[in-house]
Amino acid sequence: MLEIKNLHASVNGSPILRGIDLTVNKGEVHAIMGPNGAGKSTLSKVLAGSPEYEVTEGSVKLDGEDLLEMEAEERAAAGVFMGFQYPIEVPGVANSYFLRKAVNAQRKTRGEPEASSVEILRAMKKAMAFLEMDAGFRNRPVNVGFSGGEKKRNEILQLLMLNPKLALLDETDSGLDIDALRVVAKGVNSLRDPEHAFVVVTHYQRLLDYIVPDVVHVLVDGRIVHSGPRELALWLEEHGYGAIKAGDAGDAPRLEA
Amino acid sequence: MGNDPIDTQLSSSYKYGFSIDIEADTFPPGLNEEIVAALSAKKKEPEWLLQWRLKAFRHWQTMTEPTWAHVEHPPIDYQAISYYSSPKDTDGPKSLDEVDPKLLETFEKLGVPLHEREALAGVRKVAVDAVVDSVSVATTFRKELEEAGVIFMPISEAVHAHPELVKKYLGSVVPIYDNFFAALNCAVFSDGTFVYVPKGVRCPMELSTYFRINEAMTGQFERTLIVVEDEAYVSYLEGCTAPMRDENQLHAAVVELVAEGSGEIKYSTVQNWFPGDEEGKGGIYNFVTKRGICKGNRSKISWTQVETGSAITWKYPSVILKGDDTVGEFYSIAVTNNRQQADTGTKMIHLGRNTTSTIISKGIAAGRSDQSYRGLVSMGRKASNARNYTQCDSLLIGKECGAHTFPYVDVKNSSAQLEHEATTSKVSDDQVFYLRQRGLSEEDAVQLIVNGFCKDVFRQLPMEFAVEAQKLLEVSLEGSVG
Ligand SMILES: Nc1ncnc2c1ncn2[C@@H]1O[C@H](COP(=O)(O)OP(=O)(O)OP(=O)(O)O)[C@@H](O)[C@H]1O
Ligand SMILES: [Mg+2]
Repeated sequence: MLEIKNLHASVNGSPILRGIDLTVNKGEVHAIMGPNGAGKSTLSKVLAGSPEYEVTEGSVKLDGEDLLEMEAEERAAAGVFMGFQYPIEVPGVANSYFLRKAVNAQRKTRGEPEASSVEILRAMKKAMAFLEMDAGFRNRPVNVGFSGGEKKRNEILQLLMLNPKLALLDETDSGLDIDALRVVAKGVNSLRDPEHAFVVVTHYQRLLDYIVPDVVHVLVDGRIVHSGPRELALWLEEHGYGAIKAGDAGDAPRLEA
Repeated sequence: MGNDPIDTQLSSSYKYGFSIDIEADTFPPGLNEEIVAALSAKKKEPEWLLQWRLKAFRHWQTMTEPTWAHVEHPPIDYQAISYYSSPKDTDGPKSLDEVDPKLLETFEKLGVPLHEREALAGVRKVAVDAVVDSVSVATTFRKELEEAGVIFMPISEAVHAHPELVKKYLGSVVPIYDNFFAALNCAVFSDGTFVYVPKGVRCPMELSTYFRINEAMTGQFERTLIVVEDEAYVSYLEGCTAPMRDENQLHAAVVELVAEGSGEIKYSTVQNWFPGDEEGKGGIYNFVTKRGICKGNRSKISWTQVETGSAITWKYPSVILKGDDTVGEFYSIAVTNNRQQADTGTKMIHLGRNTTSTIISKGIAAGRSDQSYRGLVSMGRKASNARNYTQCDSLLIGKECGAHTFPYVDVKNSSAQLEHEATTSKVSDDQVFYLRQRGLSEEDAVQLIVNGFCKDVFRQLPMEFAVEAQKLLEVSLEGSVG
């Protein structure tokens, strides 16, 4: 589904991504781990089409289509969703209104008929109940005054409502209490099927107990330096990034070729 | 076009060209006592009104144009303006084919009904016919209003039909000496609206100049006077969200509101005059004086405005809180784009006890525009327990625009309470990216952010007006991003 080849990106001339290769197939969950400042958020944002970054080399294909040629909103309509590490506040705009706009904007871009307010509201109520969110969040302005965990839960609400093919979840687990972590994982897992794919950025292997990945990648200095099975996350928790950073993965679990 | 009878009527009227009776004379440019007297004579005004105009004119001659507003414009030559011209006399386009396509495009976007587009675009002769529809609608309303005892008519008519009321209230809130533009208006005001709601009557509908498109051409020096008696209520909507074609560059209107007893007036404006092109050429200068007085105890006056038009706006709707327990409100959205300049705000003058005022001002600046909020809250010696809440928020789109806030406070009573909040924010790249990531186009994203920013004020507008105002904002900010 997603095919990234030799992706380089920079901000104001300084390179951040230095040759990323990554292939994610339908139905797979890939976890990306790595030290602070390695470029994990940058990778998500570049894939989502943030104008902040300049792609200097490489290619990205989504189901064979050139993703880098598309505007951010076109990528969204094509089925790319990014859960933000720091969700943004939009004062004065009710959550429900925003979701209606978003769902219908995507439908319109895809040439599908718009959903009625009633349909959307119904879906929203259902998703909110599933995510154990208080009904009050429907009319509150998007993310304004939400606690860190509430913001993350709100991202998952948007994920469920927009139902993308490919979800890039950037540290959706950080700031969550144990119950919230379980709920967020439940939300993500509810979309897991052979048609959906996920790239999950996290610092904590615990999330991966809930959202079990097919592959774990280690991103260091703008490159994926090591990939392994789910167990790699446990190994990293024990050993840290030091050895891998130094280019010596030692006995770190790795993918069989 | 279809078979809409109005459309048919419109197209058939072309065949006959223009009848002579709608042609009328125009005064030569210039302003002097003869012109003022001739204007008054033309309207067959009573002697007292003529004297009133002359007094204003003489005073105006001693005044100088204010220069303190945060706006710039080339000097206005008051002798180059013609102070009387029949509405139908303008060199309007003969049909929509001759109207600026950009204007038509805007009508399209705003969803203005076809038969109104011509009237708004100032298509001559046709406008008169097209308005037949509005006139009949207005007549039906008039009947209902008459039954309720509400007077709603052109002020030129009211001068004759209700001289005692007009004489009593005209100039009672904005005196002829008030300011340069108000004095000019007093001397040469063309026409406008008069509303009177008697004691205990709740006006059965929103009154709107919309039903008076034909008379909206009264143009430049409009005069509005609204009076409500004890326990009476009226909601008045001024303007129309569609851009008006207008030949007059200078507009200096005066609006006076009087709330007697515990009367209440809600005055909403959507102003969308031509702002000028991207370089600011050809736009309208809007120098208007709007003031209301809460005379009786427990009376209330509320101004709500959405300002998106004009090249230059200079406008401070104000409330004098004279009675005890009176309430004054000001809710404003001002949008400036390209080269527009706006200097707006309000004055709340607390004189009575337990008086309360609320000011919510939302300024949105885009392009290379510049806007200022200028507010005065004054609490007099006798205004014990007076309270004011002011919230002034500015939203900047892009890097070349500016927003300034000038709050003035004058408190002479120690029991007064004032609260002031001000914020300036930007439409951030992060916000726009977040919304685009969810599927919104860049323009829709900015729109959504702006609408959210304005929500507190939209809430104050009558429902259909609010919807139109939102659409208007979209059109005004088009092309302001990217
Ligand atoms: N807009 C920007 N301007 C300047 N530097 C940037 C910008 N975006 C990212 N960077 C830099 O690029 C590097 C990678 O940042 P990124 O946010 O992708 O890291 P990360 O792997 O997500 O880190 P963390 O685990 O702390 O979230 C950092 O050094 C960061 O400072
Ligand atoms: Mg990050």
